[in-house]
Amino acid sequence: MERQSEPASEITDAELIARVRNGDEASFEPLVRKYQARVFATARRYARREDEVADIVQEVFIKAYQKLNSFRGDAPFEHWLMRLAVRTCYDHLRRHQRSQESTFTELTTEENDWIERTLAAPESTRDDEEAAKTLVRKLLDMLSPPARLVITLLEIEGRSVKEIAALTGWSVSLVKVRAFRARAEMRRHLERLARDKYL
Amino acid sequence: MKLAELEKKLLAAARNLPEDDRVPYGFEHRVMARLRERVAPEGWALWARWLWQAAVPCLALTVLLSALAVLSVDSTGVNNTSSLDEQFQNVVFAAIDYDSW
Repeated sequence: MERQSEPASEITDAELIARVRNGDEASFEPLVRKYQARVFATARRYARREDEVADIVQEVFIKAYQKLNSFRGDAPFEHWLMRLAVRTCYDHLRRHQRSQESTFTELTTEENDWIERTLAAPESTRDDEEAAKTLVRKLLDMLSPPARLVITLLEIEGRSVKEIAALTGWSVSLVKVRAFRARAEMRRHLERLARDKYL
Repeated sequence: MKLAELEKKLLAAARNLPEDDRVPYGFEHRVMARLRERVAPEGWALWARWLWQAAVPCLALTVLLSALAVLSVDSTGVNNTSSLDEQFQNVVFAAIDYDSW
């Protein structure tokens, strides 16, 4: 017996994509609903303001819709979409690149206190303290776009160099070079911070 | 070194940040509405796209006509481009050529 209407959850991604390709624009909505949470989580790693995050996610889905014909289907749709999301986030970082001269000037008392305690006796502080979380966000904001992307994917999300190459479209050797430079850049910021504190 | 320790702790703090996957209510409707706007292209955008598409054939035609003009030099070495110029001029000015009325 033929079913008249199927619940969206029962239709596979491949079927939905085929329908969209055949001109059924509405079939794209279940795909958005299914993956929007993951894309929001990714976008929030690179943008802080909620309106920026929403704009990034919207751009990701619009690009996905426009480029759907280039999706070959040899990997899950989610992987293809996340690649698009990471690249869109990187474009966003490059568009909103902050000045390289930015420093840790606006630190709160708690953040200053956490740094001083960590530099004096690292074992006395915990990395789950609120001050550490806000500090690391500020540190990431100060990094250049490629450095921020590599540090986020490699050190925070724990992805391999090969995975990062696939996500970003960079070669494996370029990822390694950028990872090396990103660590050096981060260390430079931290050295400056330590110097400011003790000089 | 304490700086390395600071770096390690900050990265650990970043790893401890909970994943924030909240989605604003009705976000999928916003995306679909934006898609519908984009799918129906504006008249001027369509016109601009046609113009861009026409640019390559026009360029090819120009190159072809230029090549024909150059090749119109006959084997005796006498250049008959002047006659081509005249013909072209006649065509262009045909509309305002009172003598032919």
